[in-house]
Amino acid sequence: MINGLTLLLLCQLCGEVLGRALHLPVPGPVIGMALLFAGLLLRDRLSDRPAEAPAAPGLGQTADTLLMHLGLLFVPAGVGVVVYLPQLARDWAPLSLAVVAGTLAGIAFTGRLAQALIRRLG
Amino acid sequence: MVDLSEIWVYLARDPLAALTATLLAWMAGLRLAALCRWHPAANPVLFAVALLAAALLLAGIDYRQYFQGAQFVHFLLGPATVALAVPLYRQWQHVRSSALAALLAVIAGGGVAAAVGVAFALALGAAPEITASLAPRSVTTPVAMGIAEQIGGLPGLTAAVVLASGVTGATLGPMTLNLMRVKDWRARGLAMGTAAHGLGTARAIAVNATAGAFSGMAMGLNALATALMLPLLWRLVFG
Repeated sequence: MINGLTLLLLCQLCGEVLGRALHLPVPGPVIGMALLFAGLLLRDRLSDRPAEAPAAPGLGQTADTLLMHLGLLFVPAGVGVVVYLPQLARDWAPLSLAVVAGTLAGIAFTGRLAQALIRRLG
Repeated sequence: MVDLSEIWVYLARDPLAALTATLLAWMAGLRLAALCRWHPAANPVLFAVALLAAALLLAGIDYRQYFQGAQFVHFLLGPATVALAVPLYRQWQHVRSSALAALLAVIAGGGVAAAVGVAFALALGAAPEITASLAPRSVTTPVAMGIAEQIGGLPGLTAAVVLASGVTGATLGPMTLNLMRVKDWRARGLAMGTAAHGLGTARAIAVNATAGAFSGMAMGLNALATALMLPLLWRLVFG
């Protein structure tokens, strides 16, 4: 558990430092995710273990625990909606329509396109 | 006689109460979702947020004071984003063969999700800073807030619409995909991660491991693509 968490934090830290040093517009955690992913693939290439072997000791367990409760992690930022009640009261119609229509159009379009492309390109 | 106001002052100032309340609200949200047999419309995040927001308003507690405690949960968003590499790695053999299709679908789909939202806001006469706050709606909170700041939006409002988009996608997304007859788990995951970031991914992970891996990848790719392209496009169109 702590092994896994340390590795995750280390990747995030490297991501934050890299992003700032190279002035990347991408946030640290996303760079950290790419780093961890690349690291896992690289380690597989260097050692010939079966592909099904567990990731790093503890990493899989920590990742599963965090991702199982991913929704919880959005709650504190979400409660911030109370600060914007005046803006919401004024512009609720364009805001809610933009959110609902934009999101569902995005999902429908991406789903259809992805299904067609996966069939075509494999 | 116990001095209730003294206890209240302690609870309001200490992070313990806010942190406990956040976890309790989440457990209540999960309980509700379980009671509704994990129907997508019974979203635990939405329920927990509504519960806590109502409690703050009723008790007259400042949001910043609440966040003092809740930030410990908020902080874990960073490591959790990094952790998305794990399901992607586990499914890599599976993902690899459709990587090009995924990349194209995510870039085009992310563009459509942003453009439709902005078009609706413009058509309904929203204020310019509201429109700018809406544009980066479909990507994960920290990225979206950074982009909003760059293009003249309100980062805090962006956090709220990002959450609303995630909840919309997680609750109504599966139904939309059924209506559109998208049956491929890979395509379903890509759609959820592109338009509804981490909340769509949380939903996808709960339903199907393949969909979860593709959703996590789509979320990362869309964050990358939107962060790189949206500020440039915004300057071209509105600048």
